[in-house]
Amino acid sequence: MKKVRKVLSLLVVTGVTLAFASCKDGGNDDSMESTSSGMGQEGGSNEVSTGVMADSYGNTTAESVVNNYLRLTSALAASDQNQAAEAGRYLVADFKGFDKSSYSSAEQQELTDIVEDATEHAEHISKSDLGHQREHFDILSKDVIDMIAITGTERNLYQYFCSMYNGDKGGQWLSDTKEVKNPYFGSQMMSCGELQK
Amino acid sequence: MRVLRIVVLVCLIVIVGIQFVPTEHNLSESVPETDFMLVNEVPDAIQAKLKVSCYDCHSNNTSYPWYSRVQPVSWFLEGHIEEGKSDLNFNEWEDYSTRKRYSKLRSIISQIEDDEMPLESYSLIHSDAKLSGKEKAEIISYMNQLKERL
Repeated sequence: MKKVRKVLSLLVVTGVTLAFASCKDGGNDDSMESTSSGMGQEGGSNEVSTGVMADSYGNTTAESVVNNYLRLTSALAASDQNQAAEAGRYLVADFKGFDKSSYSSAEQQELTDIVEDATEHAEHISKSDLGHQREHFDILSKDVIDMIAITGTERNLYQYFCSMYNGDKGGQWLSDTKEVKNPYFGSQMMSCGELQK
Repeated sequence: MRVLRIVVLVCLIVIVGIQFVPTEHNLSESVPETDFMLVNEVPDAIQAKLKVSCYDCHSNNTSYPWYSRVQPVSWFLEGHIEEGKSDLNFNEWEDYSTRKRYSKLRSIISQIEDDEMPLESYSLIHSDAKLSGKEKAEIISYMNQLKERL
């Protein structure tokens, strides 16, 4: 009996260990130490007016995307991973309900590609650490810029570019203020940003 | 001592019981024309490396080892595979828009550079999946080339 019990216990332990071995990565994927830490305590941050939340049943418009995108930008400039993740979630909802019906078929095709790509980035942003959020934000910004080229926007926006990000390849973003608030570096390099248009 | 016997018995029952839970396996007979390797005419050395280190989770065809048939291992594997495929599926490369390809290439490069891929738990068991410094550099350089060409 003792031998059987020993074998059984061994089997159980092996099984559980194997299970945990493959389970470990599931949780640890995003726990990479963010290199650009440093809570930017930017006094009196220009809070973007509360973004319009996407109506999950209705059709969302470019304006909703822009608003939530700007929330994301502010959150990243403040190095706030949680707020950024939340903005990411809103953006996912925006993109999923995006209404393309008022555009030409060529534009719709382009918008479909943009939205498909942007949705994935927003999804990653909603569940990654700060460093990864910024990586996805880079490409997401390009998507949003391209989207606005088709849809237009009621807001007055400024496009910035900071060449120091991503090994000198640089990153772009849109902002609604003339004050440069770098979302890629936060307080570490808040003012890196060249106004483009 | 009685308690231990009961615990072991219960564990045994659970372990045997869960073996009967069916899991879908990620298997496909042929490589589709939309596959990354075909679309890009990937050089042999890179092809081989990608297949060994990436394709199990990032394609429609996984090579399952014997222990993968045992629960709960099977569940965890399927979870990884599902997530891997939804993030990137090399078999569907041609169906990706140019924009999406660009995003994926950037992610591939970044994940390999940061040593986040291949997953540590995967390369622990599949030591041939580990990427040496040289292999990483080769793959990254190739992916960069593809990115430039887009």
